[in-house]
Amino acid sequence: MELDSLYQEVILDHYKKPHHKGLPVGELQVHHVNPNCGDEITLSLAIKNGKVEDLIWDGVGCSISQASASIMSDLVSGKSVESARVVLQEFTELMQSKGTISGDEEILEDAIALAGVSKFPARVKCALLSWMAFKDAAIQNGAEL
Amino acid sequence: MNSILDVAAIKRDFPIFSQEMRGGKRLVFLDSGATSQKPIQVMDAERNFYSTNNAAVHRGSYLLAERASEAFEGARDRVAQFIGAQSHEIVFTKSATESLNLLAVSLERTTGSLQVSEGDEIVVSELEHHANLIPWQELAKRTGAVLKWFEMNEDGSLNLSKIDQIITSKCKVVAITHQSNVLGSVPDIAPIIAAAHAVGALFVLDGCQSVPHQPVNVQALDVDFLVFSGHKALGPTGIGVLWGRQELLSQMEPFLYGGSMIETVTMTDSTWAEAPKRFEAGVPNMAQAVGLAAALDYLDVVGLSKIHQWELHLTNLALKGLKEIDGVKVIGPQGLENRGGVISFTIAGLHPHDIGQVMDQYGVAVRTGHHCAWPLIRKLGLTGTTRASFYLYNDESDVEVFLESVAGARDYFGNR
Repeated sequence: MELDSLYQEVILDHYKKPHHKGLPVGELQVHHVNPNCGDEITLSLAIKNGKVEDLIWDGVGCSISQASASIMSDLVSGKSVESARVVLQEFTELMQSKGTISGDEEILEDAIALAGVSKFPARVKCALLSWMAFKDAAIQNGAEL
Repeated sequence: MNSILDVAAIKRDFPIFSQEMRGGKRLVFLDSGATSQKPIQVMDAERNFYSTNNAAVHRGSYLLAERASEAFEGARDRVAQFIGAQSHEIVFTKSATESLNLLAVSLERTTGSLQVSEGDEIVVSELEHHANLIPWQELAKRTGAVLKWFEMNEDGSLNLSKIDQIITSKCKVVAITHQSNVLGSVPDIAPIIAAAHAVGALFVLDGCQSVPHQPVNVQALDVDFLVFSGHKALGPTGIGVLWGRQELLSQMEPFLYGGSMIETVTMTDSTWAEAPKRFEAGVPNMAQAVGLAAALDYLDVVGLSKIHQWELHLTNLALKGLKEIDGVKVIGPQGLENRGGVISFTIAGLHPHDIGQVMDQYGVAVRTGHHCAWPLIRKLGLTGTTRASFYLYNDESDVEVFLESVAGARDYFGNR
């Protein structure tokens, strides 16, 4: 079933038990919404010694948006700003590919499971919501992404 | 119940149903609340206008210009007849949204007793679509008027217990929906209309969800303005309607300025044409108006009372079916009383987006999310719902596939 390419097991696992989900702290919290469906995410992080630290997010949304937030936070937490930039770029390209590329598993790890989303244009925003929130928060914390 | 409508024959008029959806499934279109599909008669009417009558209306002295004007004004007559109005009370806009914005802006600009200004009150309800909320919010902000609203009960009705406090002598305009686009609930507007008129306020009815689905007569309703969109009533996109009482429209200031809407123009000043032309700046959406007239012809041939009866029959079947699926909760009215052919529901533990995605695999098109009525969704403590809305081209087999797809969505996530 075509649906199984969208809802892979790893996505449902992250959806049921999201990582780095909690109450964002500090003054610098970014809040992003998807006005099409009402999904919301609040996210905070710190940049320490050129690394992404203390990333924590909270939000409501569909399985794709929640799983994507969980996977994203695993991928960038504790990583250098430069590797976060590479992952972000790779993931954004994958999402915008309309299914034409499969993505680099070395870079994307669990996020490769979201490749199927790019074939469902209505859902791409769901998957990108948390990544855009991360990008925004990182830039506001002085990172060059 | 098959005798109410000959759906098989109706479906043949709608080319969109002749194609396959994902996985080779047939289309079960349950999103007419967002936009309706179009019969070939409407497409032919538009094509015919462009093929044989196309010219800018109300301008040229040549044959085509005459024909175009005749077709466009004929469409106006058709719309008027459809809602029990006079032709010169029908303003063509690009959408119901534009109709409401036109009203909100015009009531700010119009001097005299109709003008909304500081300290005046504007009344809406928690049921409103964003299109019948934000123009009034912004009008209040621009003018210093106060925005008030009726609260919604859990069954999707309006709480009228404080009607005397909500509609006071300061009230200038009350804008309420005829039927909730999210829940299908039909608010009891008669006491609100009476209260508005008792204090000299105008009553604006948002008919987007009612005019395409049931007989609506503006005289019988005793409202002052009615708006609806063409594309939800089998008509083309890009055409909306504003109906207003002639004595009101004739006093009101324009919304958009430009060609067609003037009486005289000098380098420094201009005066306005009579309504409705005053509100139709620029070359209007002519082919779309003609297409809308064809759509209304289509609806009248089938019969709006029958359509309404049929939609309620399908809604009843769907409501009964949904109540038998574990984990499914119908939001808003639970029965057929005070409702139209719209059902919102949730499935425990599932996000509407995910539900809609699985239903799509069955060929079922439903709307998911907040349905452009975010305050209503928040009031219910939800992040969204899944909504099915029925129309004349749906039948009992559509309801069966719908129910199967809802159970399928629940099982898809429940079993993994």
